[in-house]
Amino acid sequence: MLTKRIIACLDCSRGRVVKGVQFMNLRDAGDPAELAAAHAEAGADEIVLLDISATHEGRGTLVSTVRHTARVLFVPFTVGGGIRTLRDAAAIFDAGADKITINSGAVADPSLITQIAERFGSQAVVVAIDAKRLATDVNRPPTRQGSSETHQGHDADLASSHNLLGDAEVYVSGGRKPTGRLLFPWAKEAESRGAGEILFTSMDRDGTREGFDCELTAAVERVVSIPVIASGGAGSIEHFIEVFRDGHADAALAASIFHFGIHSIGDLKREIQAAGIAMRWPV
Amino acid sequence: MTKLAIVDYHAGNLASVRKAFEHLGHETVITEDPGLVRRTRRLVVPGVGHFTATQRLTEVGLREAIREALAQGASFLGICVGMQWMFESSTEAPGVPGLGLFRGEVEKFSSRVKSPHVGWNQIEMLAPSRLLAGVPSGAFVYYTHSYRVPVMEATVAKTDYGTPFTGVVERANLFGVQFHPEKSGQAGLRILDNFAMLEDAA
Repeated sequence: MLTKRIIACLDCSRGRVVKGVQFMNLRDAGDPAELAAAHAEAGADEIVLLDISATHEGRGTLVSTVRHTARVLFVPFTVGGGIRTLRDAAAIFDAGADKITINSGAVADPSLITQIAERFGSQAVVVAIDAKRLATDVNRPPTRQGSSETHQGHDADLASSHNLLGDAEVYVSGGRKPTGRLLFPWAKEAESRGAGEILFTSMDRDGTREGFDCELTAAVERVVSIPVIASGGAGSIEHFIEVFRDGHADAALAASIFHFGIHSIGDLKREIQAAGIAMRWPV
Repeated sequence: MTKLAIVDYHAGNLASVRKAFEHLGHETVITEDPGLVRRTRRLVVPGVGHFTATQRLTEVGLREAIREALAQGASFLGICVGMQWMFESSTEAPGVPGLGLFRGEVEKFSSRVKSPHVGWNQIEMLAPSRLLAGVPSGAFVYYTHSYRVPVMEATVAKTDYGTPFTGVVERANLFGVQFHPEKSGQAGLRILDNFAMLEDAA
């Protein structure tokens, strides 16, 4: 059966991995190619490389970094960070990426989603959405507003998601700039414009190691019919089990939890599988 | 005579397929020249995206060239949309004829499962296969597609997603894989290596 995916993410700036300094047994712990290959060898189902350098020079380095990293990878490789035009995307694909991810670029110009999907296929376009809850209490449990049996299809889920959680606002520029757009309608729009997958990052949880926002992830999963990748907050093996079981994510992405060798991907997958969730394990 | 050629019909990421073969030590050429294709012993037709893209193969003479190469005993590997093209047609693109090497039509997954089918799933052997030599039944491979061929007589490995569908089709020197071997880790590399190492039929 189709397994849930564990995706290892590398944040890079000017061709070097940031936050990647403590991975064992690497000649160069800052080299994205070495780190990506090590994660793939350890069992990562996919690799994501995000360029977080904000500069124009950073973009030039990204293409050669992608080429260098792709050479040693034989699992799906997704690249993002600063892609704003079809031409930017084409250069990244040409360098060896299988998928690209767009965030601010898609918000600035939603037609970019369609342009890239039409040229390279929807399966190659991951729309990344960073969002922060507008509700005051992140830990408030959902209150049932009544049955959704009177509605049909996704509109019902959209309505019930709103009722249960209040709204979440979409942010761009590394989660710093609020856009005024709401999460659920934007996710639906991204799908209708041709996105192949949604990469949803909870700004509330990102960096906290307190767990993914399972409730919000599950709500996004309800309103779209394409795969949802959860991101933001992973700190323990249990968090991954929760985001698959309760968050209904199709995949979970994490960075620092793997880089510091706190948990090996192998241990993670073994435990997730033991909890009854289908994993590609052993690789 | 060219050993191994990857046919370029402007439908997807050929570079990954080439990179995988070359990593295994097999020289490849990427081509859209019917003359070269006609003289090739091992042909690989990859493809992502929409079945309509295969029309180009007919339009630029590659379809004919492939037929001629096959008539001379060449081996053929179709990947993803390239594999679907080996059949007669696809409901994704009514009116666009496939190569027709196998009987049957490519169809969409039922609406009961989330589409596209994206991620790692298992292939289970149904019959002996040269392409899958050394690949254990239950091996994981990477899929990303919304259309598929139901299990039929030439299916040598199936995958379950809702219902079973054809993961690998094989007959004599014709091979097709619905998944992406160039993205399927060690199992995928073994499959590509097996294809490259086939003994020449002729």
